[in-house]
Amino acid sequence: MSFTPANSRRFVLRAIFIAMGLVLLIRLLFLQLFEPKYKVMAADIAIYRQVVYPPRGVIYDRKGRVVCYNEVVYDLQMTASNVPRDFDSSALCEILGIDGKTYHQNYEKAKWSNGPMRPGTFLPQLSPAQTARFGENRYSFPGFDMVERNIRSFPEPHGGAFLGYIGEISQRMLKQFRFLSYQPGDYVGLDGLELAYEEVLRGRRGVYYREKDKFNRPRDSYLKGALDTPAVAGRSLQLYVDMALQKYGEELMQNKLGSVVAIDPETGGILAMVSSPSYDPNLLRGADRSANFAALYKLHTKPLFNRAMKAFYNPGSTQKPMTALIALNDGVITPAYGYPCRGGYTLCGRFIACTHSNPGHAANLRLALANSCNSYFCHIYRLSVDAPKFGGVKKGLHKWYEQMYSFGFGHPTGVDLPYEIGGTLFDTLQYNEMYHGAWNSCTNVYIGMGQGELAVTPLQMANGMCIIANHGYYYTPHLVRAIANNPKDPVLAPYLVKHRVSNIPDTAFKIVGLGMMDVVNHGTATVARMKDIEVCAKTGTVENYAMLNGKRTKLQNHSVFVAFAPRVHPKIAIAVTVENAGYGATWAGPIASLMIEKYLKDSISAERKPLEQRMLNGKVINYHQVAIIDSTQRAKYELYRQRKDWLRQQRDSLRRAQDSASFFWYVNHYLMKKK
Amino acid sequence: MSTGIRSLFARIDALTLLLYFILVLVGLMAVFSVEYRSTDVGLFLPGKNYTNQAIFLGISLFAGLIILFTDSKAFASMAFLSYLFGIVLLVVTIFLGKNVKGSHSWLSLGPVAFQPGEVCKIFTSLALAKFLSLNETDFSKLKDRLIGAAFALLPAIIIVLQSETGLALVYVAFFLAMYREGLPNGILICGFSFIALAIASLLLSQLILFIILTALAALFTALLWKRFLHSGPLRLLIIGSYAVAILFSQLVVPFAFRHVLHRYQTERIYAMLGQDVPEAYLPESELAEDEPTRKKDNNYNVTQSKIAIGSGGLWGKGILNGTSTKNGFVPEQHTDFIFSSIAEQFGFVGSALLILIYVLLMLRISFLAERQRSTFSRVYAYCVASILFVHFAINISMTIGLAPVIGITLPFLSYGGSSLLSFSILIFILLRLDADRAVLIR
Repeated sequence: MSFTPANSRRFVLRAIFIAMGLVLLIRLLFLQLFEPKYKVMAADIAIYRQVVYPPRGVIYDRKGRVVCYNEVVYDLQMTASNVPRDFDSSALCEILGIDGKTYHQNYEKAKWSNGPMRPGTFLPQLSPAQTARFGENRYSFPGFDMVERNIRSFPEPHGGAFLGYIGEISQRMLKQFRFLSYQPGDYVGLDGLELAYEEVLRGRRGVYYREKDKFNRPRDSYLKGALDTPAVAGRSLQLYVDMALQKYGEELMQNKLGSVVAIDPETGGILAMVSSPSYDPNLLRGADRSANFAALYKLHTKPLFNRAMKAFYNPGSTQKPMTALIALNDGVITPAYGYPCRGGYTLCGRFIACTHSNPGHAANLRLALANSCNSYFCHIYRLSVDAPKFGGVKKGLHKWYEQMYSFGFGHPTGVDLPYEIGGTLFDTLQYNEMYHGAWNSCTNVYIGMGQGELAVTPLQMANGMCIIANHGYYYTPHLVRAIANNPKDPVLAPYLVKHRVSNIPDTAFKIVGLGMMDVVNHGTATVARMKDIEVCAKTGTVENYAMLNGKRTKLQNHSVFVAFAPRVHPKIAIAVTVENAGYGATWAGPIASLMIEKYLKDSISAERKPLEQRMLNGKVINYHQVAIIDSTQRAKYELYRQRKDWLRQQRDSLRRAQDSASFFWYVNHYLMKKK
Repeated sequence: MSTGIRSLFARIDALTLLLYFILVLVGLMAVFSVEYRSTDVGLFLPGKNYTNQAIFLGISLFAGLIILFTDSKAFASMAFLSYLFGIVLLVVTIFLGKNVKGSHSWLSLGPVAFQPGEVCKIFTSLALAKFLSLNETDFSKLKDRLIGAAFALLPAIIIVLQSETGLALVYVAFFLAMYREGLPNGILICGFSFIALAIASLLLSQLILFIILTALAALFTALLWKRFLHSGPLRLLIIGSYAVAILFSQLVVPFAFRHVLHRYQTERIYAMLGQDVPEAYLPESELAEDEPTRKKDNNYNVTQSKIAIGSGGLWGKGILNGTSTKNGFVPEQHTDFIFSSIAEQFGFVGSALLILIYVLLMLRISFLAERQRSTFSRVYAYCVASILFVHFAINISMTIGLAPVIGITLPFLSYGGSSLLSFSILIFILLRLDADRAVLIR
């Protein structure tokens, strides 16, 4: 009251209060409205993107049996910070059946894999016994918990050839366009159907935004889940494959090298695809995949090599129906056409032997097919390529090539499996290169009877049978009948296209079919004869050679057999190859007929049981020879790889040298100029 | 009697009381939002901080009620006695205080622990008000001014001895109140100049600062050359302030950083300026370490607090949606950094409103102060406003990186019984005194 100067000072003090408030407001204005980096930083520290993988699609066979499903296994996880100091590890060891050393190793691994505050895997894939025992006692082990995980599981140990397997995506795959959306650590199909239908089976990943606390532990969902996208489960596949038939085929082919491909001609659906030796697809899953893969890869018999679509052989006599089809298509013969074979073909200046010499054994197409007359088919091949309307053999062969190509030979058929091989089929161009232009229809007359520059896969052989069975058309062979029970799924569109490849009248096809039926009834394939099924077939006996200890050695013939049945309204077309087994009728024929019987009748008749037993027990692998061939191939491949590496190095050094040279030239050039 | 009570409540300043309730409820909500987990079931769970805070609030309101029913003259008559009690308490705390994060400022009575430094602000305010309202006091005299300063500095010094420097800084607030009562303008100017000098001596190197100061002194001398020759006081002022500035920047600051301040204090001061601690101020043992180990994230708290505040944006993330607040990224967020939780959840709008409420409260108290009949009430009111001001200014500045991290609370909002209780008592005594503003209190 007595201090006069005080009156004005209240304004000074109030000014200070207001000024401070303004300073803070301005600073906050900048901090909160004009510095967006803090929003980014807040999101970085507190929000994380959790990717949830949906279960992969289930695979069913044609009868709805499960072929591949997701099995739930449990990983034991541990959060080190929640494990008490006085934890009784011996009790846990006893329950899990591990020793103290393993416990401490796993403990350290789990502790440091994600840090002590977050869970890490202590023991992957608990066995059912471990799961049960731990589940009963989980309350007594704080810090340990079981976490669900899906792995692919196959109820029956069959079908490894086409089912494939999944695994972590490789660096090379990550660079491919198809896998752009994948991240390292994602699982992806690596072979077979799992790879071919990856986009169908995998479903859609779910992304959940969750908050985490300062110890990186997940907390609530961010913005109550407004930004989340749920996971969508993978779609299922329904196959044409009959797993019972597949199993039977694998059993018949055991202890043999080779393959069986059975196709439903009406749809192009593959009923069975056996590659022998086969393997249990359960080997290539879960934690043991890489170890088992390495073991299978090392085997000389190459179980991982799908012989049904990657191995290719001369078709041998099984080519003869195809040659006949082309001749009929070109109009150079009619079914009544005959050739006077006297035990060999002589028109090309050399003698091509025929197994028959009685006159009239090739008096028409049906007889020629039934007796498998070499002369007849060599001759009609020459008639086709030398037909005057084409104007010369070089144009004629191209026409022949085109027809063979349209039948599915010489290129991958387009089956819904990765890494299919196309085989060998020479066009005029290749022959010109091979013979420097100087060749005629006699030079390659052997391909008319399936020898020479012609190699086909068993899948292509079976597809060829479909063309005859369907009287002139085929559907691209495929395994998948429907996706999520929808047979018209856009993914399956390529397999719904009918490929009509021949204009021959049905009567001619009928004659070809009858000829092939005669093969079974009183020709080379009587072993395949059944009482109530009209089987049309053709045997093949394929000569083959290999380098054994540096010498080109003729090996035991491949046994090849193609067939379709029944003759009218065929239900199954089949191709069987048994490597180095002898005549087509010895091994491949019986196996094919048993497969046909099993498929059409669902059981084997009593009088054919001894034949079945003989096939099941037969062992035709010459392991010694296979080992030599395989080692030679691997050595060759190794040399090839080294050579390729060396070439790459050379190329690289050369490029560097060129770079240095151009650099020096550049420097010198400009230095010179400056001087 | 009933009419007396009714008239007492009618005389209480409603606006102040309203602002007080707004602030304590916002504080309760803020503490709740820091601790809330979506997995919690039910409200007011035992053992949670916000439950404790609610209990503290109840105690504070009860204390406030008692104060309102106390005779207003009692505060003046108990002022010196309570001050003495506070000083004794502070001294006792040095020896008996329990060690909380390196300071000995907490005294525990059974299960309850409290900070005498917080409570002592009330006693000091009362004592200073009492001293200035004494008839014998003539605040225009140097002697009384020194006594007044001593009232404020004595507890501060004892608190420094308790290693709680931040709290001691609050006692500077009393100089604002004393300024209102007649402390010369020079003090305020000197204070601000000194702060400017201190910041400059941290930011600039010693040599450059020396040159600038010398140049400034030379400039003033040249401009005022005539008066400089004839006026003794001016000569003394220029030469004296030059000498003090040089002495401070060239000797005191380096000495303080090397030998007086703790390592963490040095770090906080430089962190506030956004700089690393210069190598000259580092102990030799640390110089031997690698560069990365030395560059630890010293200002982790402030960085996290700034992230929380800055990510709030204009409207904020919404209540209980603050990602930094919910997930414990800001250390000490329920106590010293409570402002960051408000700013994150309610954005610039919310934090600006909060600042407005504080400024409004301080202005209102200043208005109340000016309408008092008795000097005691006026001085006391200014003490309250100044204490609020210092707490408010330093705390919010530190959460947004304008001031070094000094462990003082945000009034009414921060979690803590001592803080809430002492601020409530301050406000309720003020309300009680203001209710009797027509009465002359000595």
